[in-house]
Amino acid sequence: MEALAQETGLYRDAFEALEKERLGEPEWLRRLRTDAFARFQEVGFPSARVEAWKYTNTAPIAEKSWSPATGIAARDTVSEPALAPWRIPDAIEMVFVNGKFSKRYSRALPEQGSVHVGNLAHLLAASPEKAEPRLGQLAAGEVSAFGSWNTAFFTDGAYVEIAPGAVVASPIHLLFLTTEEDAFAVSSPRVLVSAGARSQATVVETYIGERDAVALTNAVTEISVGEGAMLEHLKRQEESRSGYHVHAVEVRQERGSVFTQHNLAIGGMLARTDVNTLFAGEGAECTLNGLFVGAGTQHLDNHTRIDHAVPHCSSRELYKGILDGRARGVFHGTILVRAGAQKTDAMQTNKNLLLSREALVDSTPALEILADDVKCKHASTIGQLDANVLFYLRSRGIGPEDARAMLTYAFAADLASRIRIPAIRTGIERLLGLRFAQTATQEVSS
Amino acid sequence: MTENSLMLEIRNLHASVAGNEILKGVDLTVRAGEVHALMGPNGSGKSTLAHVLAGRPGYEVTQGTVFYKGKDLLATPPEERARQGVFLAFQYPVEIPGVSNVYFLKNALNAIRKARGEPELDAMDFLKLVKEKAKLVDLDEELTKRPVNEGFSGGEKKRNEIFQMAVLEPSLAILDETDSGLDIDALRIVAAGVNALRSPDRSMLVVTHYQRLLNYIVPDFLHVLVEGRIALSGGKDLALELEERGYTWLEKEPAPVASGANC
Repeated sequence: MEALAQETGLYRDAFEALEKERLGEPEWLRRLRTDAFARFQEVGFPSARVEAWKYTNTAPIAEKSWSPATGIAARDTVSEPALAPWRIPDAIEMVFVNGKFSKRYSRALPEQGSVHVGNLAHLLAASPEKAEPRLGQLAAGEVSAFGSWNTAFFTDGAYVEIAPGAVVASPIHLLFLTTEEDAFAVSSPRVLVSAGARSQATVVETYIGERDAVALTNAVTEISVGEGAMLEHLKRQEESRSGYHVHAVEVRQERGSVFTQHNLAIGGMLARTDVNTLFAGEGAECTLNGLFVGAGTQHLDNHTRIDHAVPHCSSRELYKGILDGRARGVFHGTILVRAGAQKTDAMQTNKNLLLSREALVDSTPALEILADDVKCKHASTIGQLDANVLFYLRSRGIGPEDARAMLTYAFAADLASRIRIPAIRTGIERLLGLRFAQTATQEVSS
Repeated sequence: MTENSLMLEIRNLHASVAGNEILKGVDLTVRAGEVHALMGPNGSGKSTLAHVLAGRPGYEVTQGTVFYKGKDLLATPPEERARQGVFLAFQYPVEIPGVSNVYFLKNALNAIRKARGEPELDAMDFLKLVKEKAKLVDLDEELTKRPVNEGFSGGEKKRNEIFQMAVLEPSLAILDETDSGLDIDALRIVAAGVNALRSPDRSMLVVTHYQRLLNYIVPDFLHVLVEGRIALSGGKDLALELEERGYTWLEKEPAPVASGANC
């Protein structure tokens, strides 16, 4: 009850201040924001009584007083070496610093043609009508208070539109950096991706934080995948270990589309990602791959929901967690097969590796099946490194540290090998402690 | 008795697993180039001895000493033993999904070479070596590329052990029931592989439950382990006697000292 009282009127001053700056925004957007803010006020930060937040205590976020991030005003420059390890060679690259687009650090943005990659603040000022059909259409309704908070407060983000039939060879990379100076700042990036019919593209979102940045990223991404389009979406979250991260990804797939996602959750003190996909047209396919790697006292929560609303769609989901120290991981995956969604083919797997006694994971697969002619399977495992296997490796001369690294890597090797961008794949290999140059599964081909 | 140098000296070895004493005073001496067979009934401690020698965690040595090439083996961690030339062919080789056979073996070989002060093998030389050694045990080269032992048949797993032994070239090879679960053809192949690796600088301790293996791998000496002690030692002919008489007569009598024993 106390918490509730505190939450009433939460961030009202900040919202009203922002509203004054946004007098130029079109009516539809102002209404969208007002409604979202009202909802945020009404529901407040989710408590443990809310099923979807049962395993994640939002108090560390709710108790702090966050002020809207100020972009790069706090510091004129970001050192290029801080960005360099995260850049993707040959990518169309948009860089955001503390929530605001930075043209200076961005690269190879196409001026015109079949792909439009630009920042949302600019789009909303110059041609808001382009954003209107996209913004809030997917994220409406069921999103948590965090989603509403984002809608009420976002000032910038990315707008990606791929023309029908266009094949974009370069990855489109959206790189969000949080710096140390902007402490207790909340940045609310909004990302809109629209893949036109029969188009093909790869979009990467990278969220990184400087070492000690205590900041909150509260992001929302809305993706629409047009008829017959193929979109690959890669999310890489490596925020500061003192940072907070909440991100909702909403996906709508039209007939015959293929959506593939890789969700990498590695950083953050507390990080929560929701991935919700909807099959709006028949014959579509969706693959959700996820890897969460936590240590120390990290809390990494991954919620997914695949809505089989129409018949003849297939979904494949594989999430793996590796937890060390006192880290806690959460996987909650819902597969909803609606009445009439016959011939649905859904498979969900969650495997977890605990590297210490104190590490913990909550794994909850949830199938809700309302149709009768479907193929749905799910599996969930939690285990440790096998002592017999460790001894086997040691008995062949491999030291215990290398043996652990080899087995930890092997656990995630299938997920890593599916990532087609080498810069990201090698990053994962490094992360998993593999000191060897080549990967365990790929070396054999020579 | 040969003039060869001492490879392994086990003195009054006592070892427990989960508080149960399994080895109750084992004495055994193996010299360079010798092949010793270790037989005995189920539960006599054969596999325990093999694992103690390889350094498996959970096997507690309560008394006695083991010297390998004159150095205290028991004070050495398992990976160091391997680097110094001790090899255990497992009775139950483990499966390692996600780690290819050659990747695993290359890292093992290079760890051993590094410890010996030799340069690491590059990928080309290593693959050449793999080809050559795979032939030795008739191991399908495709299997070397697959994850370690995953989906291998029982026979393939055992051949893989001997294949690894051929690549790593140990000084002391301990074969723990390498014959169990093998049909006669597989047994011949495995034994031929082992025999090809016999050399004056390499010793072998062949642990087996059945005399059959010893028709193919002919030992220089044979020991019978009963209730955690060597009850009888002899030459290769002892195997035939055991085949005829079984082990029960040994369990009832006090341990006799047979002629021809080297310890």
